Amino acid sequence: MGSARGAVNGKAIAIGAALVALLLFPLAGATFYTELVTKVMILAIFALSLDLLVGFTGLVSFGHAAFFGIGAYTLGLMAPKYEAASLWVTLPAALLVAGIAAFVVGLFVVRVKGVYFIMVTLAFAQMFYFVFHDTKFGRGSDGISMNFKPVATIGSYTPFDLANVAHVYFLVLALMVATFVFLRVVLRSPFGRALMGIRSNEHRMRSLGFPVYRYKLASFTLAGTLAGLAGYLSALQFGFVNPELLSWHQSGNVLLMLILGGVGSLFGAVVGAFAFVALAEIFQALTTHWQLLLGAAIILLVIFLPGGLASVAARLKRTLVGEAIDE
Amino acid sequence: MDVYTFLIQLLNGVQYGLLLFLVASGLTLIFGIMGIINLAHGSFYMIGAYMAFSLASLTGNLFVAIVVGVVLSVLLGIVLEWALFSHLYKRDHLEQVLLSYGLILVFEELRSLIAGNDVHGVAVPAVFSGSIPLTDTLSYPVYRLFMSVVCLALAGLLYLLIHRTRLGMMIRAGASNREMVAALGLNINLVYRLVFALGVALAAFAGMLAAPVSSVYPGMGTQVLIICFVVVVIGGIGSIWGALAAALLIGVADTFGKVLVPQAAGVTVYLLMAAILLWRPEGLFKRSG
Amino acid sequence: MSDAILVTRGLTRLFGGLEAVSDASIALERGRLHAVLGPNGAGKTTLINMLSGDLGASSGTVAYKGRDITRESADRRSRMGIGRSYQKTNIFAGFTAFENCRLAAQSRAPRALHVFSEAVRYRPTAEAAERALAAAGLEGRGERAASALSHGEQRQLEIAMVLATAPEVLLLDEPLAGMGADEAARMVQLLKALAPDHAILLVEHDMDAVFAVADVITVMVNGQVLESGSPAQIRASAAVQQAYLGDPS
Repeated sequence: MGSARGAVNGKAIAIGAALVALLLFPLAGATFYTELVTKVMILAIFALSLDLLVGFTGLVSFGHAAFFGIGAYTLGLMAPKYEAASLWVTLPAALLVAGIAAFVVGLFVVRVKGVYFIMVTLAFAQMFYFVFHDTKFGRGSDGISMNFKPVATIGSYTPFDLANVAHVYFLVLALMVATFVFLRVVLRSPFGRALMGIRSNEHRMRSLGFPVYRYKLASFTLAGTLAGLAGYLSALQFGFVNPELLSWHQSGNVLLMLILGGVGSLFGAVVGAFAFVALAEIFQALTTHWQLLLGAAIILLVIFLPGGLASVAARLKRTLVGEAIDE
Repeated sequence: MDVYTFLIQLLNGVQYGLLLFLVASGLTLIFGIMGIINLAHGSFYMIGAYMAFSLASLTGNLFVAIVVGVVLSVLLGIVLEWALFSHLYKRDHLEQVLLSYGLILVFEELRSLIAGNDVHGVAVPAVFSGSIPLTDTLSYPVYRLFMSVVCLALAGLLYLLIHRTRLGMMIRAGASNREMVAALGLNINLVYRLVFALGVALAAFAGMLAAPVSSVYPGMGTQVLIICFVVVVIGGIGSIWGALAAALLIGVADTFGKVLVPQAAGVTVYLLMAAILLWRPEGLFKRSG
Repeated sequence: MSDAILVTRGLTRLFGGLEAVSDASIALERGRLHAVLGPNGAGKTTLINMLSGDLGASSGTVAYKGRDITRESADRRSRMGIGRSYQKTNIFAGFTAFENCRLAAQSRAPRALHVFSEAVRYRPTAEAAERALAAAGLEGRGERAASALSHGEQRQLEIAMVLATAPEVLLLDEPLAGMGADEAARMVQLLKALAPDHAILLVEHDMDAVFAVADVITVMVNGQVLESGSPAQIRASAAVQQAYLGDPS
């Protein structure tokens, strides 16, 4: 048992160190990097939300970007032209709208089994993409530019300034940590355990008396809501939304983040987001046709490293520490 | 809408549906036999169309282009299966989805590099360039009728192949028990490779056939892929009849949707899917296993 | 039959043109162990599947405590008190044996809205899991990964999971499959201990075990009930001898 405790401590130290690094980062880095890491942390929230669905419930969705985009567009559509919106109104609204959308889509798709689930989630995401890309309601392919960032004012007190890069950074960091902790807690709860049971053996869960459909629907809705949170923050950061937020590229990229970090690990989802952005930045610096490199990297990753970076880390640890695997 | 306009739209819908069926049957074959979901299947359609464009301008003859294109796509299928997809047979859906997503990115960028991002046209072969007159002002293009006939013929050939030939028997056996087929000495790897190549060729051929009508443009691969998914969800994997019925349903619905409600152009198909999912989550037709 | 809890009438299942089960009428009573014997392909598993809800019936009815449950889903039947174990071990491979049972027990106290409480800390389900493990002979093995258990232990876990759901009816599909002599004997003892408080349907190949524990035996051949009666009757029946008992399987 000593080695297991050692492993737990190792992970705790890694998380702690990462947290400290993130807390100190804006003090050290230039504005550009602070904004970049903010963007990564927003994607980490997005990846965490999908991990709940894919890694812990076993539902592979290729349409998760839809809820990301819906969260973003809620802010974009609510933002008034001539004044700033309130964070305290628009953020809950975005969560609510994304959650309702996820619930409604879930009603249709959750009954669909196996590989069809992947197909219908992609199809529904495309449907939402069309709504924002082609209809007047969605303002079309140019997207929406917001003239003002939301404000966090309550009464006469403004706790932080959302036009300030560092303030946004810390807000996003806090929300990412909150999402992480929230999911950790939920996954330890009876509900979370049931989800993991569904992933492990859905048939047996039904046989044992669990109403599997309801659990899947709840997971789908929760995952969609959290994706909406990420989307909202993205719109907040950039002041701009467009239909590409709902594209299948976005849905594919977030799945990639999961596999990069190791599916079924919350920490892995965060690591995966960082790894993905790092890869994308490197490739973009090399060539305008960077998606070619990304595609090739994905293919190689799947063939040679299906466990993602987590498996590399595990293998490294075994070689370095020389432990036998405890059975 | 008068009778002739209705007839024209109906013919268009059927033709579109038959084309979708061709592409969807490739997808269905690969998934039904080998258990692999391949998101890049739409890319094969696009590759076919681009091949038709470049080979037709090279040779000046669309038919020659199509023949050469089919050969090339079979080769492409064989190489892809050997190099990439053969690794995926025992892997889970997430990994298959991701690998094929990576493949889409590669194909799209290669297309961008090789053929650029413009929209291209492909000329209808002279022999089919006429139209059948319906009224004083309305007529129906012969080429579109030709397309429908070809698709139907291919559907028939496919059925014969799967249900009436030894190869088809091996294919169906491979679908249900890979180990047993291997134990019988049949070369399962070869069978899988051929099936994959067939799937690729079907999609590419569809793209080549459709090129004169739909033009050749960057987004065509993903567009057809997603519609094919809807076909498969509605019609069921493993059911050729289901795929045909679903493809025709969608082809007609999409065509009439675009004509009757142009603002909601792309959405008709999804609404149809949603309605059917609500009523019958397992799809309209029974799956064969 | 005032104690009949689970009753089927004319239960039939067709696969294409094939009648896998045809016109089966069986009654399970509390305190009685009802065994189903038959050669491979006799329709025993299909029958159990129709009772547990894993498979729908083509015709006929299934009634539980007087209520028609023919159209009810498997999870609803389980919640009503019908438990099922599988011939092919159907556990949560990645979890510990304890977690397997705890999750099973959780189905009785889902507490799905208690998202902020830790599942393992809830005493009632943890205790139910411990009890189930002990009853199935897995005391002390709880912390092992289910996939790391021996085959016999996995069969025990299979039973433990059902027991953890505190069912009234036990549908057991070949619990002794692949067990060694000692493990089989232990399982037989367990079945004897469970019989008084449950209505048990036992599908089994192991003749000795069946005759040791069964109160009623039904013999099925080719999807049909050949004969039903006490062990003595079945042993004496010429039809059964010819169809089945003479066949070394």
